[in-house]
Amino acid sequence: MQNFAESFWFSLTLIVTGDSELWSIVILSLQVSLTAVLLAALIGVPTGALLAFGKFRGCQAITIFVNSLMGLPPVVVGLCVYLILSSSGPLGVLGLLYTPTAMIIAQTILIAPIIAALSRETIQAVHEEYRDQFTSLCLSNWQRLQALLWEARFPLLTALLAGFGRAIAEVGAVMIVGGNINHLTRVMTTSIALETSKGNLSLALALGTILVLIAILVNAAVAVIGMRRHEAMHV
Amino acid sequence: MSDLDVGICNVTLSFGDQLRLDIPSLDLDPKRSTMILGPNGAGKSLLLRVMHGLSQPDTGTVNFPDQYEDRARQAMVFQRPVLLRRTALANISFALRVRGHSSQDARRRAMTWMMRAELDHLANVPARRLSGGEQQRLCMARALALEPKILFLDEPCASLDPNATVAVEALVQDAIDLGVKVIMVTHDPAQAQRLGSEIVLMHQGRIAAKQSKLDFFNSPQNYLVSSFLAGKPLLSNIKEPS
Amino acid sequence: MIVAKTLYFSTLFSLVLTLAAAGSEYIIIQSTTSTQNSGLLSAILPKFEAHSGIKARVVAVGTGQALRNAQNGDGDVLLVHARAAEDAFVSDGWGVQRFDVMYNDFVVVGPAEDPAKIFDMQNTTKALSQIAQKEALFVSRGDDSGTHKAEKRLWSETLVDTVSASGTWYRETGSGMGATLNMAASMEAYTLTDRASWLSFANKRNLVVLVQGDIRLFNQYGVIAVNPHKHPNVDAEGAQAFIDWLIGPEGQSAILNFRPNDTQLFFPNAQR
Repeated sequence: MQNFAESFWFSLTLIVTGDSELWSIVILSLQVSLTAVLLAALIGVPTGALLAFGKFRGCQAITIFVNSLMGLPPVVVGLCVYLILSSSGPLGVLGLLYTPTAMIIAQTILIAPIIAALSRETIQAVHEEYRDQFTSLCLSNWQRLQALLWEARFPLLTALLAGFGRAIAEVGAVMIVGGNINHLTRVMTTSIALETSKGNLSLALALGTILVLIAILVNAAVAVIGMRRHEAMHV
Repeated sequence: MSDLDVGICNVTLSFGDQLRLDIPSLDLDPKRSTMILGPNGAGKSLLLRVMHGLSQPDTGTVNFPDQYEDRARQAMVFQRPVLLRRTALANISFALRVRGHSSQDARRRAMTWMMRAELDHLANVPARRLSGGEQQRLCMARALALEPKILFLDEPCASLDPNATVAVEALVQDAIDLGVKVIMVTHDPAQAQRLGSEIVLMHQGRIAAKQSKLDFFNSPQNYLVSSFLAGKPLLSNIKEPS
Repeated sequence: MIVAKTLYFSTLFSLVLTLAAAGSEYIIIQSTTSTQNSGLLSAILPKFEAHSGIKARVVAVGTGQALRNAQNGDGDVLLVHARAAEDAFVSDGWGVQRFDVMYNDFVVVGPAEDPAKIFDMQNTTKALSQIAQKEALFVSRGDDSGTHKAEKRLWSETLVDTVSASGTWYRETGSGMGATLNMAASMEAYTLTDRASWLSFANKRNLVVLVQGDIRLFNQYGVIAVNPHKHPNVDAEGAQAFIDWLIGPEGQSAILNFRPNDTQLFFPNAQR
């Protein structure tokens, strides 16, 4: 029964038969994680850029801090978000607990440090390359930032993919703050956890296979539209 | 030192306890092109960086005549081409837009300079796809498109083959003919002879000699010049020019 | 730039989703994994929703965690199985009132070879003592769930010191029922499970039911509305509507009619 080949075929059958329940779970997973990536990018990329310029005091300390946040355990993030969004927590009045928004918040917190740290590294490397040239061309700080973000666009895309990978694969945090509510907050990973706990190992593995396929699809899509241009622009 | 000269005054710069630049005084005539010669590690590039404001000296000042002072009146081309991950044309128009030209104007001017560098057929090719010589010509075109008063060139032909070198030198000559003050670092005396009007020889962070081209090659100021021209390794002790 | 568009739309979509979620009336039921994993809730809740027009969202966790979540105000109604903790919850003022809903029973499962020879014993206390004596592997939930509380109650009737045995033959998984059963199956260990979880568990492998039918193994489920005076955000009306339905004739018959594979998993016993 716990046969990988069998589970693989099972997952293909699930995909081909177009099970609507499965699709709604897949779509919710993508929605939550892509939104989290977008928000985390809005936070992480500017933070990374700021740290890459690194001209203010405490910059080094913040960099170390952000780098270590990359290893945040999802369950801890989930717990913190739970405590904040809980009815008896500071933001309880918003009524966000057990909603997709809560999962988006948790995943955003989880991956923003990853995107920030990778962005910092990327932007710093590109800045090294262009620092003198930009000084020579008399770029203002703002122009410099804009130019660096554009020049680093392809490696930044990779940073976003890394964040996406962690977000879509994460289970601990979304389980706590989403509650794994059927048709509302049940995503791929919590479904997998649920089916595993029911002992439906082959179904769980099939869902896992689909999760991997989704990850491959997203990465391939980015590769096709982004990396091909990257190849062209950057020898 | 005259107010009309590019003047360097008491400039020193150390890395750790190593003194890399030590120039009590150096005046460069803005009407003439200057070639800075010298062996590796003589401090030629560092001097150029200090003059352009890319490196801060520990002590001393660099003074420019009025119109030359602002870095926006200067441009620099580096030894290795630094190009953005954009098309060749966009690399030039980017520099122009930074200087406040409208995008249409920037594009038009960029195209003019692409033609002058004979790169117009490559306008829409990603800049980093160009050959080494084409990239360096693009950098020259970008620098000239800014219409600088002073153009700093840091061994722009160091890694180019003879054909590419000729093409870059032609653009340098264009600049000189346009009245741009060219200050160029090179390790090739022949190139200095082709493009220079006055020649500075550097050795161990110091100015070993400064002569007009004719004098430099025909009546060397000191034995460092004659040794350098003879291709001999320069001794580590500098004897003060008499 | 397709990526940008996708991101943009996904954000919009999730905002819409959030707004939609805020718009419709729903209650949150903090419940146990056994009621969810067995399929009971997915079978009966649509009937409640049709009856009342209120959507029901289920967060299925261990009884201990369900009680704590409810104490934080993160739920409107509890459906759990740990009588003592439930009574404490109400007497401490967190819940309004507790009602019996249904029952089933716990069973002791273990490997078919039965190294501790407990098969068909009528006294669970003796069976557990025998497992301890033989130092046969026993897997405990260890997660403060209803089943774990029941298990601890059973051990307390023996002379066995499970605390000092922990990590040797007595192993606490700290996981849900399903995960614990998965571990028992692969470790060939004994464990205590509620019958509903057991019957709906698909990865039994070599595990079989060894002890059942003892009065000590009785497993009562209760329903409690969370006290709106403690948490104003609690939907007291929705919770009461759910309780009224669940312990009323319609809810009770819905439980009675839930018979997957012709097996009665839960027996309604509301007193009304």
